[in-house]
Amino acid sequence: MDNFFSGETNAWTLLTIVALAGVSVLSRSAFFLSDKDWALPPWVQRGLQYAPIAALAAVIVPEIVMTQGVLIHTLRDARLYAAAAGVAYFFWRKGAGQVVLGTIVVGMSVYLPLHVGLGW
Amino acid sequence: MILQRTYRHDPEFRHGVVDMLGVAPGIAAWGLMTGVAMVKSGMSTVEALLMAAIVFAGSAQLASIPLILAGAPIWVILATALCVNLRFVVFSVHMRPYVMHLPLRDRLIAGYLTGDLTYVLFVKRFPQPGADASERTGQMAYLVGNGGINWLTWTTCSVLGVVLANAVPTQWGLGFAGILALLGMLCSLASTRLRWIAAMVAGTAAVAAFALPLKLNILTAIAAAVVVCLALEKAVQRQPKTRADAGH
Repeated sequence: MDNFFSGETNAWTLLTIVALAGVSVLSRSAFFLSDKDWALPPWVQRGLQYAPIAALAAVIVPEIVMTQGVLIHTLRDARLYAAAAGVAYFFWRKGAGQVVLGTIVVGMSVYLPLHVGLGW
Repeated sequence: MILQRTYRHDPEFRHGVVDMLGVAPGIAAWGLMTGVAMVKSGMSTVEALLMAAIVFAGSAQLASIPLILAGAPIWVILATALCVNLRFVVFSVHMRPYVMHLPLRDRLIAGYLTGDLTYVLFVKRFPQPGADASERTGQMAYLVGNGGINWLTWTTCSVLGVVLANAVPTQWGLGFAGILALLGMLCSLASTRLRWIAAMVAGTAAVAAFALPLKLNILTAIAAAVVVCLALEKAVQRQPKTRADAGH
């Protein structure tokens, strides 16, 4: 077991990690905390229907077209082809069961050979 | 109590589980690589295990690890995590009417379980909050089943990543499966022209604003997409002729 547990554990760090779990709870429940009765203005309600897809795009796109915070300037990047293959599969199989699972599998089967094999 | 039996026996619980299982391999690969990254960056095994077991927020974890290792003050670390998590605050505005019938403790558990994918799947399945008690119970059953599987997959695989840190090859880039899972979710949401525009505006804005500190580019991108789409909605309403093909 001595081999398994590596590194020095710091009590202050453990406390920080517990507090980070608290941040997860509080950020996701931020507007659940108050019991006060209030309703969202209608334009906010309408606007929020765009929030899920916008949040996903904001997280994904930089992960596909940037490296170390810089826009890539090459087409030799496995991520581009994996993402394209995944999207193509999705719209080909749209409506079938577990199409997102297929998107992951198809995307990775394009990504791994290009990335591991060719170093793209 | 939110983890009660009535939820587990509700048919929506199963739907929530099945919907999440479809993206679980992406979450699994991503969780695994996050576990590996925690150990490789120099956290002790005990610290990494605790973080993998309870924090349940991949991007906030990755942002806070270098700060922890550099000995940054705790408030700086927590403020950073909060900024990286600001999109969840936006989600909570959206989710509020769905959960306010619950007592506070259950609302906090529901919030903890509402990660990115659970939020997306949940509001996709339930565009409107439940009108009566049985609808609300069904919705919460879906949330618990869906978020529960997400938590279980993420946490198990993160812990596995910590344990197997030296056996998993990082240069393969297996974590990209997580991005593909999110990409598949994005495609399933792109049901109207305006939503496509929202995705394109947000993606472009997130790249353009990437230099902002604390991952604030994400929040900026969401705001930009919402503002642009609301403006376009208004413009479309003024021209009734083109309304039909713009979707809603």
